[in-house]
Amino acid sequence: MNPVILAAAAPGVTADFSQETIWASIVKAVLIVVFLLTSVLFAIWFERKVVARMQVRPGPNWHGPFGLLQSLADAMKLLLKEDLTVTRADRFVYLLAPMISVFCSLLVFAVIPFGPSLPFPWTDWTTPAQLTDFPVAILYVLAAASLGVYGIVLGGWASGSTYPLLGSVRSTAQVISYELAMGLSLVSVFIMAGSMSTSQIVDSQTQIWWFIPLAPAFVIYVISMIGETNRLPFDLPEAEGELVSGYMTEYSSMKFAWFFLAEYINMLNVSAVAVTLFLGGWRAPVPDGFLGGALNEGWLPILWFLVKLWGVMFFFVWVRGTLLRLRYDQFMVFGWKVLIPVALGWVVVLAVVQWLQRIQGVTFLDFIPWIVGGAIVFIAIMWFWPEKKEAPPGADADKEPVDAFAGGFPVPPLPGEKLPPSKRFGKEVHGE
Amino acid sequence: MNPYVPILILMAIGAVLALGGVAASAVIGPKRYNRAKLDSYECGIEPTPHAVGGGRLPIKYYLVAMTFIVFDIEVVFLYPWAVDFTTLATFGLVSMLVFLALITVPFVYEWRRGGFDWV
Repeated sequence: MNPVILAAAAPGVTADFSQETIWASIVKAVLIVVFLLTSVLFAIWFERKVVARMQVRPGPNWHGPFGLLQSLADAMKLLLKEDLTVTRADRFVYLLAPMISVFCSLLVFAVIPFGPSLPFPWTDWTTPAQLTDFPVAILYVLAAASLGVYGIVLGGWASGSTYPLLGSVRSTAQVISYELAMGLSLVSVFIMAGSMSTSQIVDSQTQIWWFIPLAPAFVIYVISMIGETNRLPFDLPEAEGELVSGYMTEYSSMKFAWFFLAEYINMLNVSAVAVTLFLGGWRAPVPDGFLGGALNEGWLPILWFLVKLWGVMFFFVWVRGTLLRLRYDQFMVFGWKVLIPVALGWVVVLAVVQWLQRIQGVTFLDFIPWIVGGAIVFIAIMWFWPEKKEAPPGADADKEPVDAFAGGFPVPPLPGEKLPPSKRFGKEVHGE
Repeated sequence: MNPYVPILILMAIGAVLALGGVAASAVIGPKRYNRAKLDSYECGIEPTPHAVGGGRLPIKYYLVAMTFIVFDIEVVFLYPWAVDFTTLATFGLVSMLVFLALITVPFVYEWRRGGFDWV
């Protein structure tokens, strides 16, 4: 490689990896995997304990202090269980699917910054507190996250059983639908930060964390991150009452453990992305320049990052303890008819406002009359909008039925259109 | 060092972990053959001979997949524009608004034809 390029950080990336050696990367990669595995063990305990407290029960309290070793015991139990492969399974894909799931979920944390550069005491050696960063880091996160869907869809399909198949198609439709809303909500962060590199995005939040000016995008992100990870109230792929356990039904032993692990790592992943993009990353929750910025240096930022990460994780558990599961049709309609149009509209509004501010030099004060005027016009329109009258029964009886096959192939009717009655309508059912 | 090399390192560790776990449980775990245990689970009833309809799914899922592709590509086109928002200035904004309008037309069409209704 060109030494001149090596000497400086890549364009649009704040963290400097030019001095990074391959050994440092290996150590960091191992640390990330260890961090994720221990975090998952902790997260399972945390979730059970918090949900238990919300339901006025003690929760796990037998193994270790406060039941902390409960999830370790569960993991050991799973490791020692029999590894089943159901007769009807497609053996290779059945084996591959849980591995794809866990593999993809491990990749996301590569670009998550835990802090700025870490100094090592008694040496002059410093290293960025993240594995790597490049100008398209968030695109990489989205790519790794969406590849994880393969684990779900292949696992459900390869089981050769009814409930896993239904669970996997549901899950796939759900994850891809909510991924769109998630992707659209990230666009506004990129407009504000002018970069897709994670270290640069954290750096752009010196003055204000993006969740305040970009509140609508943040709300959309939070909703879609819960949908993306198949968590309550959106855990339809695993809805026990309907689908037993969704795509994991036929799995046992470590294969099941990998699916379970992947789900919890994905929760950590989306929480870490939320923290990095919207909640200031590793920045201390104090105004910029507080104590001369001493809280944002050295090893302390890791603490802030972890506090925020577990704050978002607590929100996940809180939502689980509070809300009921949605029905599948309500869930999909919400995703396609509410989240995506709102996210698109927000991107357009933000782009126009930013264009006025940056290119046209309009200040915030100039907006106020327009905002007030717009609000008045909106309220006036809502006030005088005619109420929707319910059509009297039989109003569509005199309507001409449309020919659905007019274009040569069947087209569903538009609202208000009426299809001719089915040819089989009113006929005697054969055999009665 | 190339910034993508650490990704490869992490991928290697992830692959070793994923394979190692499954292999470990296959070695450690007991193996007691039982025909009923290897049968598909279906809430205690005789399992259907094939998964629903011989692997066929409701058409809705295909529709969702196709709509997803349209919108996913749209989102991917939005990203470079968002990153270079200031540089592209007015030209970028106007072309992106035209692009979004062009995507919105089929979206509204699908909505009106009932493509997003699930009942």
